Amino acid sequence: MSALKTAANIPVPDEFYQALIDAHRDLSDEQSELLNARLILLLANHIGSMQVLREALAAAREGVANP
Amino acid sequence: MPRRRIDQPSQPASGPRQRWPVVVVGAGPVGSCAALDLAQHGVRTLLLDQDDKLSEGSRAICFAKRTLEILDRLGVGQRCVDKGVVWNRGKVFLRDRLLYQFDLLPESGHRRPAFINLQQYYLEQFLIDRLLESDEVEVRWNHKVIGVAQQADHVLVTVETPQGRTQVEAGYLLACDGSRSPIRSLLGLEARGQVFRDRFLIADVKMQAEFPTERWFWFDPPFHPGQSVLLHRQADDVWRIDFQLGWDADPDAERRPERVIPRIQAMLGPERPFSLEWVSVYTFRCQRMDRFRHARVFFVGDSAHQVSPFGARGANSGIQDADNLVWKLELVLRGEAPDALLDSYDAERIPAADENILNSTRSTDFITPKSRVSRVFRDAALGLAEHYPFARGVVNSGRLSLPHTYAATALNTPDRDRFAARLVPGSPALDAPLQSAGGAVWLIDQLCGRFCAMYFAGGAPADDSLAARLLGLARLPVPVHALVICAAGRAAPWHAAGLPAFDDGKELFAQRYDATPDTLYLLRPDQHVAARWRHFEVRAVREALARVTGASIEATPA
Repeated sequence: MSALKTAANIPVPDEFYQALIDAHRDLSDEQSELLNARLILLLANHIGSMQVLREALAAAREGVANP
Repeated sequence: MPRRRIDQPSQPASGPRQRWPVVVVGAGPVGSCAALDLAQHGVRTLLLDQDDKLSEGSRAICFAKRTLEILDRLGVGQRCVDKGVVWNRGKVFLRDRLLYQFDLLPESGHRRPAFINLQQYYLEQFLIDRLLESDEVEVRWNHKVIGVAQQADHVLVTVETPQGRTQVEAGYLLACDGSRSPIRSLLGLEARGQVFRDRFLIADVKMQAEFPTERWFWFDPPFHPGQSVLLHRQADDVWRIDFQLGWDADPDAERRPERVIPRIQAMLGPERPFSLEWVSVYTFRCQRMDRFRHARVFFVGDSAHQVSPFGARGANSGIQDADNLVWKLELVLRGEAPDALLDSYDAERIPAADENILNSTRSTDFITPKSRVSRVFRDAALGLAEHYPFARGVVNSGRLSLPHTYAATALNTPDRDRFAARLVPGSPALDAPLQSAGGAVWLIDQLCGRFCAMYFAGGAPADDSLAARLLGLARLPVPVHALVICAAGRAAPWHAAGLPAFDDGKELFAQRYDATPDTLYLLRPDQHVAARWRHFEVRAVREALARVTGASIEATPA
């Protein structure tokens, strides 16, 4: 059974974070918004499991608005 | 455009009040299909329409495979296919580029294509021609229903006619009177749902054009920037063009030729001649009634539920409503099933309507994003779709009508045996090519509005006692018509034993039904699977038949 991994899973978190920020370099806010959306769709397809995706959506929303 | 007045004298309003087993109101595609199907089941039916004209343009144009199969049973399928435009392929464009294309019926071995496009007035004409041949149906034009009163054993219908006011008694009343259903209002009922804040210009354009016979959908095309456009071919060189306009568009101004013609010229180029057959501006809504059955009144088609047109789910689902209801009415009117069987119309068609509304709402939300973030994700999906196949599954320009599977209905007998087929109890039958003594035939044409037992004999030799048991199904409380499907070259002895028998030469029946020798499928008159077994036992068929004719439904007070 798959569940959303929330323990550390990326061996090199600093490298990932820098790559994420670098990907947005020189982009307007609108372009960044589009990049983020493309990235979410690509990663969501890679994950594939609706259960994991729903857990991730819920966890992401929890930090932003009351459920 | 054929908008001929229908020349048939109306019955005089005077005389004793008539009693009809069923009165159908509305001679559009849904009401006409219902009336024709009732007539074919031997139910005397009165069909009323408030005028005497066929519909005008810009109504339903896409008729799905399942609908064509129903129309075949009603005897008008071939006329529709001959007159209509067959298509299976859709293309989706972003700006000036083709993003991807899709094939709606990727496998062969089906009599009917995924879709035909045909103007609604042709379908109406073909159905009415057929209705006028029937002795069981009386059609009365210019009969407007102005009163509906539920009585203990009938519905009292008050009708305004050119000859004055009259009343008829209906055992059951079918309200096929469209999305603004006057009967719904007369009964104080309503359909609830949401209106989409967008407007669409729909133009039926007559022109000579080399576009292929495909469904073309553009997001943000150069000729109509920032909005979407849909192009579809119909019969007689008429093309349906559907321009998204946005919520702020002025519907009165937008339907004027001086506004419409430049939009079309921008799309087709200034030199292509065309004429406008019909123009209209629509706002879409998704709504349905809480229940479709109200005692002796049934709401069928748009009167019961309404969807946006991206998906061809309006007329198709309405005709499937009628297909679901008619056989049940026939059994109840003949006393072969309890009244509670009619409740299964709600139990089966409300989930079908909800499936259509869900799909239609999702398509509309993709085509008309409701928020900034929704638009960003929409644009992201479109941008990815050109290179990444997964994103094509996210792009939604309309999820095209497929028949609903009645998976949860109490009429099904749950599987006891294991089947690997795509079909489950509640699914509509799948077509397959077969051979009869007379030549090639289609399975779907052998299932003609009765309960059918499809027995797969495989390569087994014909067996007299088995043949007798299969033939004996016709003597069950509700007759079941047996047919035998065999491995190649094995049908003749079954045929000699008195059974309709067919060779499954291409083995597509065995494959599509996951049939092994001795497998039996029980189909309802609407061709949905009621039950299936790996081994044929008369007792199991009898039990499933009792179940599918309502014996196991708890009676609820009407």
